[in-house]
Amino acid sequence: MAHYEFDMPVTEAQIRQVRVNDTVTLNKTLYGIRDATQIHMFDHGRKTRFDLRGHAVVHTAPNVKWVGETQAAPSGYEPICIGTTTSARMERFTRPLMEQYGVRIIIGKGGLFAASQAAFKDLGGIYLAIVGGAAALETTWIEQIEEVDLDDLNPESLWKFRIKGFGPLLVAMDSHGGNLYTEVNKAARDNRAEVLAALGVKI
Amino acid sequence: MKLDLQQVEDAAREIYIRALKLLPPDIKDGFKRLDATETNPTGKAILGTMIRNIQVAEANTNLLCQDTGIPIYNVVIGSNVEFDGFQLKRAIAKGCERATREHPIRSSVVHPTTRQNEHTSCGRGVPVIHIDFSDTPDELSIEMIPKGSGSEFNSWLKMALPADGIAAIKTFVIDCVLEAGGKTCPPTIVGVGVGGTADLCVHLSKVAATRALGTSCTDPEGARLEQALSAVVNKLGVGPQGLGGDSTSFAVHVETAATHITLNPVAVNMQCHSARRSRATFTPQGLTYGF
Repeated sequence: MAHYEFDMPVTEAQIRQVRVNDTVTLNKTLYGIRDATQIHMFDHGRKTRFDLRGHAVVHTAPNVKWVGETQAAPSGYEPICIGTTTSARMERFTRPLMEQYGVRIIIGKGGLFAASQAAFKDLGGIYLAIVGGAAALETTWIEQIEEVDLDDLNPESLWKFRIKGFGPLLVAMDSHGGNLYTEVNKAARDNRAEVLAALGVKI
Repeated sequence: MKLDLQQVEDAAREIYIRALKLLPPDIKDGFKRLDATETNPTGKAILGTMIRNIQVAEANTNLLCQDTGIPIYNVVIGSNVEFDGFQLKRAIAKGCERATREHPIRSSVVHPTTRQNEHTSCGRGVPVIHIDFSDTPDELSIEMIPKGSGSEFNSWLKMALPADGIAAIKTFVIDCVLEAGGKTCPPTIVGVGVGGTADLCVHLSKVAATRALGTSCTDPEGARLEQALSAVVNKLGVGPQGLGGDSTSFAVHVETAATHITLNPVAVNMQCHSARRSRATFTPQGLTYGF
């Protein structure tokens, strides 16, 4: 179980060396993306001006405060509380995010499924598990909201964050077919019969 | 007791923000209990991060979780309390909107088809306001629950058959916990509604999921069922965030209602580990805040 420090963006070679149960901490740049952002990008044909190649996206819609554009808040927004949402709803966007925009890392909670696993393997990507609901802590890893795009979708805009020490995050899905969620889920399903028996349920 | 509706509006604003920032003591105790018994290193590390997050939120007076949820206000009206009911609901919605704009916090509420966000945390039928009555004299309490979507997304109803009995209820609950996996942000409180009509059954599951840890179902049969389910749910090994471990749930809570002779309804709704709630209580002595 190795630990990696990534100054974003990363290369495919950097991603391919990472395995499940490793940990990763990110620095410099991170993009925030969510349901509506991706529905508009991939279903409604909208484009972002951001270059996402080699970058990480976190499944989020932050709490922000509009303060006007200043040197300290170049996007005009100050972060209040930035956390991570459940990834499962955004499963079908993993491949287009990687194919069309070159994204290499998805950060979320609860995991993704087989289509994402295949995209990670084919294109060189990983899924990092953040602790959902630990947003007060996550916010302390974000220095600034540098830019924002597609802001008519606020709070589900496309956010560019400047980050420092974002992690450590657990590698839960890698580019070699490793997937902690399916391992845990299989083990849990194997315990089902015993648990039902303890409840007096005959299967 | 005559209720001051401006004070209700201010309190509705305050308890939304308090709920988002301060975790109730029973949930903090629940974390201590799970942390003491967790044997999986990944699970233990995740619980540690969650506990640290509670401390950071308090130290920075920040929100525990970015998900400001769907706002729910549960009003319990005691005897001899005077107010205009329509204006009471308006005051609560106004307070909810003010919390969103004035703090500010993220409005997580949109129209269901246009997806338009008014940035008020309000909309048609939202905030959700439930009204109930008690025989406590000169008291009105408002409980606020910001219900996050990670846990709400995973909600289930099964209209089981009477012939399938209580075994169908138990099996359904266990299968829902397996299906939820890490999506509901475990450790969770698994809320189970048993009986009633379809809508009442789902409502009961929400009441169960948002009940304080350490409380029991007032129906002895429901209490027996929740004890049995609580005793085994953590043997599944789903663990914190669905990444393995003993701490899948703080507890399973059950609420029951009488049902039709032909029905055997069971519903499951979960509360995530950020099991937030807060309360304002109005008495002739004044307004107090708690959980």
